Amino acid sequence: MLFRRPSTRFATIGLAVAALVLSGCAQSQRDEGSSDGGGTFVFAGSAEPVTFDPFFASDGETFRPARQIFEGLVGTKPGTADPAPALAKDWQVSDDGLTYTFDLQDGVTFHDGTDFNADAVCFNFDRWYNMPESAQTDDLTYYYGALFRGFATGDRADAAIYDSCTADDELTATIKLKKPFAGFIAALSLPALSMQSPTALKKYQDDSASNPRTTEYSTSHPTGTGPFEFESFERGKQVTLARYDDYWGEPAKVDKAVIVAIEDPKARADALRSGEIDGFDLVGPADVGPLEDEGFTIVNRDAFNVLYLGMNQAVKPLDDIKVRQAIAYALNKEEIISASMAPETQPAIEFIPEIVNGFTSDVPKYDYDPEKAKQLLKEAGADGATIEFNYPTGVSRPYMPQPEDTFNVIRTQLEAVGLNIKPVADQWDPDYLEKIQGTKDHGIHLLGWTGDYNDTDNFLGVFFGAKTNEWGFENDKIFGDLDKARAIPTPEEQEPLYEDINREVMEYLPGVPLGHPVPSLAFDSSVKGFQQSPVQDEPWNTISLEQ
Amino acid sequence: MSIQIPPAALAPDTLDSEEEHGVGLWRGAFRRMRRNPTAIVGALIVLGFLLVAIFGPLLTSYQPGSAEWSGQVTPTSVPGPSENHWLGLDRFGSDMWTQLVYGARQSLVYGVVSTALGLTVGAALGAIAGGFGAIGGRFGTWVDTAIMRVVDIMLAIPSLLLAVSIAAVLGQNKYSIMIAVGVAQVPIFARLLRGSMLGQGQADYVLAAGALGLRKRRIVIGHVMPNSIGPTIVQATLNLATAIIEVAALSYLGLGEADPAVAEWGRMLVAAQDRFDVAPRLAILPGIAIAVTALGFTLFGEALREALDPRTRK
Amino acid sequence: MLRFVLRRLALLVPVLVGLSILLFAWVRALPGDPARSLLGERATPEGIARVNESYGFDQPLVQQYITYVTALLHGDFGSSIQTGQPVMDSFGERFPATLELGFVALMIAVVVGVPLGYLAARHQGRVLDTAVVSGSLLGVVTPVFFLAILLKLVFADKLGWLPTALRQDPRVDATHVTYFYVLDGLLTREWDASWDAIIHLVLPALALATIPLAIIVRITRASVAEVMNEDFVRTAEAKGLSRSTISRRHVLRNALLPVVTTIGLQAGLLFSGAVLTETVFAFNGIGQYLFEAIGQRDYPVLQGFIIFIAIVYSLINLTVDLAYGVIDPRVRTQ
Repeated sequence: MLFRRPSTRFATIGLAVAALVLSGCAQSQRDEGSSDGGGTFVFAGSAEPVTFDPFFASDGETFRPARQIFEGLVGTKPGTADPAPALAKDWQVSDDGLTYTFDLQDGVTFHDGTDFNADAVCFNFDRWYNMPESAQTDDLTYYYGALFRGFATGDRADAAIYDSCTADDELTATIKLKKPFAGFIAALSLPALSMQSPTALKKYQDDSASNPRTTEYSTSHPTGTGPFEFESFERGKQVTLARYDDYWGEPAKVDKAVIVAIEDPKARADALRSGEIDGFDLVGPADVGPLEDEGFTIVNRDAFNVLYLGMNQAVKPLDDIKVRQAIAYALNKEEIISASMAPETQPAIEFIPEIVNGFTSDVPKYDYDPEKAKQLLKEAGADGATIEFNYPTGVSRPYMPQPEDTFNVIRTQLEAVGLNIKPVADQWDPDYLEKIQGTKDHGIHLLGWTGDYNDTDNFLGVFFGAKTNEWGFENDKIFGDLDKARAIPTPEEQEPLYEDINREVMEYLPGVPLGHPVPSLAFDSSVKGFQQSPVQDEPWNTISLEQ
Repeated sequence: MSIQIPPAALAPDTLDSEEEHGVGLWRGAFRRMRRNPTAIVGALIVLGFLLVAIFGPLLTSYQPGSAEWSGQVTPTSVPGPSENHWLGLDRFGSDMWTQLVYGARQSLVYGVVSTALGLTVGAALGAIAGGFGAIGGRFGTWVDTAIMRVVDIMLAIPSLLLAVSIAAVLGQNKYSIMIAVGVAQVPIFARLLRGSMLGQGQADYVLAAGALGLRKRRIVIGHVMPNSIGPTIVQATLNLATAIIEVAALSYLGLGEADPAVAEWGRMLVAAQDRFDVAPRLAILPGIAIAVTALGFTLFGEALREALDPRTRK
Repeated sequence: MLRFVLRRLALLVPVLVGLSILLFAWVRALPGDPARSLLGERATPEGIARVNESYGFDQPLVQQYITYVTALLHGDFGSSIQTGQPVMDSFGERFPATLELGFVALMIAVVVGVPLGYLAARHQGRVLDTAVVSGSLLGVVTPVFFLAILLKLVFADKLGWLPTALRQDPRVDATHVTYFYVLDGLLTREWDASWDAIIHLVLPALALATIPLAIIVRITRASVAEVMNEDFVRTAEAKGLSRSTISRRHVLRNALLPVVTTIGLQAGLLFSGAVLTETVFAFNGIGQYLFEAIGQRDYPVLQGFIIFIAIVYSLINLTVDLAYGVIDPRVRTQ
């Protein structure tokens, strides 16, 4: 022995350290405040926000804090996608759909003390319209560009539908459009079109910066009218929001709200179980049941999306309607759903979810009938035909939580009716979208869409408004009807035409809608008062933490 | 990710070529290894792995990556061991045992191809650099330096990032990972060969041969190079272990073939992650397979190195 | 000495220049359309065209290269496609996390590994030796992300002894000065914040420590074995010095030298391991950031990081060589 065994010395030290570690309780203490309210609500999303000026964003994680800090003229009725008064308590629309007059809420202030009034409204609308060309790209201003069709300058200036905003008096603002836009009111509930404080914008924001998402305003001074104000953002750690005591509506019950980012859904579930967070979004389908059994609260959002099996008619034999029908009849949607989606998911019968304007159950249906599928294939001479089946890997979307599993089930069902399936897997980024939407090089494929706001054109128009590489067909009746519907001034008047279009689409069958996957949230049982919204309009002022 | 100690850190010369030469060296090494428990364990593991990999199709009647029984898999359950599937199903509905067996094949192929790639290119570069450097003179030194600059650039980046960069450019197909891992191994072999060649440049026998009038080029090709074979084989064995792990890591990062159901151990680990609560065996089995296989090659390689190294011979 | 340093630094320059050219070519050779990556499902042909024009993706290659190099020389290493944030800013925000993690992992590996290596050398060729070597090797051949998942499952999920994710509990009030959370807690006297940071470090550091552990064990073992057979030890023994004095003074010091030498290599390995480990624990260091960048094909991030890592890595190696040169004068004359 050269000296006292180093192993024993280190072992003793090691044991002592281990004992210290374990005795220091790792279970996080929930900060539950007193029974009068208070406390800190900790929520986990899947990624960090990219900016705090919601005008320059279009992703759900960036909108999450935005929903707490900002509000728009229009909100939604709790639990639905229907427009409801928010900062505008009432509005009138002219018959031609070109003039909108808003009566504004009284006594509202921005977080920096600025009054909210008609001048502030017009400041915001004009700001958006006058965005410099450097800010007019879709990655920065997708929503404004898509909804208002253009800006004051740039290559789309002629198509822009915004005309002007006038402050008639302190609490009345009139917006004039150049062309009718039936979805205008619903669109104003988008966080991108929230009302922001003119004072703060003038002081801190620079729309012509090379990256407007990382300016001083966008990273540390977002100023809205919402129930929470921005306190701090530590990148890589958390967003901290504090209750705004002068909120004009129902004040928040908790003192602070913290948002952290945990990318893996399973890790989010584990963090909830160990008490480190109070709730999280995007529960994996495999975690829903177990979390509920363990006593956590699962909240299902009403589905506002659709998952479909697209069929590229540029490729034979998919251009034959009989083949497309055969594929539809071959699918057992219940089995697809139970194998790869959350339990509450409803099978889809058309390309829009139930709560969207123009939904009707009076559409051609294709209930599971493998015998019929086989027969149709024989009639079309496509029995045993080889079809490429494209699906993405390395991704999970709210409308498509587990594409590999969905793919497997569908493949088995299609092979059971005699089709020869050639699987083509591609990484979501960079290849899949490029292949499906950028080229003609695909057969049947899985994709979907989550709606942004309650406008049917936001679904059907996006899919079938014009010829695309994804669907590969030209159907002037459908294209024309969608154009017509878009031009109708109000949603009520649009409804019958959209119902017709839904019927036409399901008759023509460019693809098979599969389901409307239900995105879920999970909460600790101490969290009360959370209100879900299909369009994620979920301010947390109603939440309280009970002991 | 290299898991071996760079030879320079252990001992400057790994081969004292004066003492044993040619066949006698190998016979002596083999004798020493037979007595070394590390070598025996390593050899057994390597043998087992090779048997499974080579005779794979004989060990199972199912096809790999077939996902035939996907109907039996749900988000909250994956069928475990049963009569038809002695290790149960995997997450996509293929037979687990089949996936493991064919995965061994894939690992062998990936490992051998990438190591062979790294070895040929790296050894060639290193031999040229070292050979020219040993010959000396202005041209020789210039060639040596130029080649080693390129090697330095490759070494300036952690090998995982290097492999990721290459795999990303080559796209999502099954060759990209093999080539990427292979290229990442080039610097190791280059350094090894060059060091070996240069080290021997000063050896007595080389100086003696030079005094006798033998041309430098013939000395290098005829004597110095064969003496580098031993360390190269050792390094190749060790690198095979590293390659197996790096391939798994690249799969984990989503590179290589896009098909998630393919029978490859790294792929299987990725897919098993979100069912870990429900069916831990989906991850544990391929994880252990990777670890044990890499361990076997490493033990064997280390034992071989020690057996060939005169300095640890007692 | 100074000439040695300057010469080494000068050698760094062509390496970096070559690297930057390679990286430029690399990003352009990558499959995928950056505009489509940016826009995702919302991409329309017009949208893509606008992005290409605005960001200069449609300009001729030479033009793009000039823009790239000019930016580099101004210290602009590019911005993330996804978030628009400059790569260096993101790096600066997350580097302390990984540095802290790597440091703790290395410490664990040294504290555990050196004694184990010594033990193995003392019992060389026997069962204990094989056991130690195999055991430490097992840690390294087990894919680190797999080990991380196992550790998390056992100690965090099932037993609940340690937290499952993040660097710090969101509810703990912590002021951050250096962004090394443990250090910050100590500096601001928020002891609970420091402690909280430590318990969040334990599992990821343990997983990561298995990588350098094997190397340290085996280096220690090899150099202890070598030194123990040296003549000067036997001479000292013959002279009557007690064996414990000999070992402490000579053996360990010589054994630790190679450990220091390989720290440069270890840094690279630790970094690669961090890329695979941090995500499991949502640790928010550069490892996780890179992991996400690879998954999202955010190439400017990768590009910027590679150059930065190359610089850091080279500087670390230079420092180690310098340290070695100080300790062992034989090296300096090269």
